Amino acid sequence: MATERSKGEVWVFAEQEDGVLGDVPRELLGKGRELADRLGVKLAAVLAGDGVEGLAARLFEAGADRVHLIDDPALKVFRGVAYRKALVAAIREEAPQIVIFGATHMGRDLAPAVASELRCGLTADCTDLQIGDYTDKKTGEEFKNILMQIRPAFGGNIIATIVNPRNWPQMATVREGVMKPLPAQPGRTGEIVRHGAGLDGADIPVEVVEIVRRHSTVNLKGARIIVAGGAGVGSKENFKLLHELAAAIGGAVGGSRAAVDLGYVEHERQIGQTGVTVRPALMISCGISGAVQHLAGMQDSAKIIAINTDKDAPIFKVAHYGIVGDLNTVLPKLIKAIKG
Amino acid sequence: MREIKYGIIRGMSESKSGYNCVVCIKQVPDTKKVTGDAMKADGTINRAALPAIFNPEDRNALEAALQVKERYGGTVTVVTMGLPAACEILREALMRGADKAYLVTDRKAAGSDTLATSYILSCAVKKFSPDLVFCGRQAIDGDTAQTGPQIAEKLGVPAITYLEKLELDGDFALATRDIGTGVETDRVRLPALFTVTEKYGELRPADVKRVMKFKKAKAPAEKGAAAAAGLEIGQLSCDDIGAEAERCGFAGSPTNVNKIVSVVLAGGDYKEVAPTDEGIGALVAELVADHTIG
Repeated sequence: MATERSKGEVWVFAEQEDGVLGDVPRELLGKGRELADRLGVKLAAVLAGDGVEGLAARLFEAGADRVHLIDDPALKVFRGVAYRKALVAAIREEAPQIVIFGATHMGRDLAPAVASELRCGLTADCTDLQIGDYTDKKTGEEFKNILMQIRPAFGGNIIATIVNPRNWPQMATVREGVMKPLPAQPGRTGEIVRHGAGLDGADIPVEVVEIVRRHSTVNLKGARIIVAGGAGVGSKENFKLLHELAAAIGGAVGGSRAAVDLGYVEHERQIGQTGVTVRPALMISCGISGAVQHLAGMQDSAKIIAINTDKDAPIFKVAHYGIVGDLNTVLPKLIKAIKG
Repeated sequence: MREIKYGIIRGMSESKSGYNCVVCIKQVPDTKKVTGDAMKADGTINRAALPAIFNPEDRNALEAALQVKERYGGTVTVVTMGLPAACEILREALMRGADKAYLVTDRKAAGSDTLATSYILSCAVKKFSPDLVFCGRQAIDGDTAQTGPQIAEKLGVPAITYLEKLELDGDFALATRDIGTGVETDRVRLPALFTVTEKYGELRPADVKRVMKFKKAKAPAEKGAAAAAGLEIGQLSCDDIGAEAERCGFAGSPTNVNKIVSVVLAGGDYKEVAPTDEGIGALVAELVADHTIG
């Protein structure tokens, strides 16, 4: 039994909306590739929707060996009940050993329902996934090549490693923007495996009446690392240092409302209650005092580095690392250390 | 689950019988007020040192249910799973307007992860044959947002997550929800479960008369005098709700905690980094080592 199930594939749920794949499936495939290679199994994307076969090519280019395609008119828009039924049927048929989802609104709606029906474990909002061995301290049972599901918990005060050694598949949702996509490999192809949705005559008690999308060209929400500045940056000119740091570290640039109001940074980069809410793996906060409205939009970041000349600034209350100093001297040192 | 089927005619029959709402609530340690070390020497969470509060988004869930009762009539029942001390939030819910409160407490439930918790709660919720079930989107101790959708799956009803607005029309709900990339409106046949965020609005204040009345409400498991007649908080065991022992607690929880590391210094207790090449170099090395960058 154990040898059989260890041959199961690593699956990534390839979330799409309106026939468009966001960044999340590529991020998951980046991490999934690493897990599958480590286990010596195939990496597959599971793609559900209506008329979405054309998206498979992009999934192969992003690292998938196979695409499990569930194409059905009933899956045109996301509805938890329909997607759950389709996915559970495919998982039962193919027995993957790992299934990962983005911790997006869709993933956090779908994954728990799938895990509930399959009666398997699920870890939410992981910031890292690794393969390792696990010994059950109570029974002494040993498990080889188990998915280590690493996540902050308890308001970010602890980092827990969760395992799900018995009831497979091992499932996790992964925080948006945390995993790195592989560089696209144009022309890389793979195998498409078609699955029925099993929804003929199914009772789906939900009808989507209307969807109103928000449009934004700056993708702060999906950023793994954000460098944000506030009034303390002092000028638009000084803000260039933040852009430089963001480029060096592979992050996006955001700002507090004060920075936006002062014209240092565009409105669509505003973080906070009236802007976007972000929870990147790393937030580097520069010259932001930390008004409650700003904190509300960023305090769930996995790690926060606050740089401020005022050691009593409220931003330090949510910070994990604090640097009391002038950002004009601190940022160049940070850029140097990262590049070095 | 729904026993009374409403016709397509709006009006009398609907407002007369109203909707039966159940709200699942949780008492949680206030993770925003962590002082000192969050961890005990043995690696477990030091819950005793933390104030226990009514989970914030469960308060919004209760408000959503109270609004349904206000607009369409019906009843609001709150259910929590936990130790007898969790009756504190049940009393608070009664003071804010809930009609009935139940504590699910059982040694068999200890160590439940979200799968086991959702199973136990689904067994309890089923007893009340609700038209609408409300849960906070997530609890601040675990932040998983899993229990709501998992209760729904077990009840065989749709989960409408991230609810922002709700209107009812006979057997159907018109629900507006946040989908991250925008806002969606669903037409949902009841019964259904809704997970609620702070966007739904603050829980109404307690009514003075209700405070006086319900401060004496008690569950049998609580220490001290028995509750006066009419003020009993219902108490349910796993057997009472027909929950199978092997699906509860440790036995019914597929996830195990392998390791816990206390990495974050809490409540403003950040790690100070010197604004020098050395200090910043060490910080970057630490971020590379814990996979945050690199």
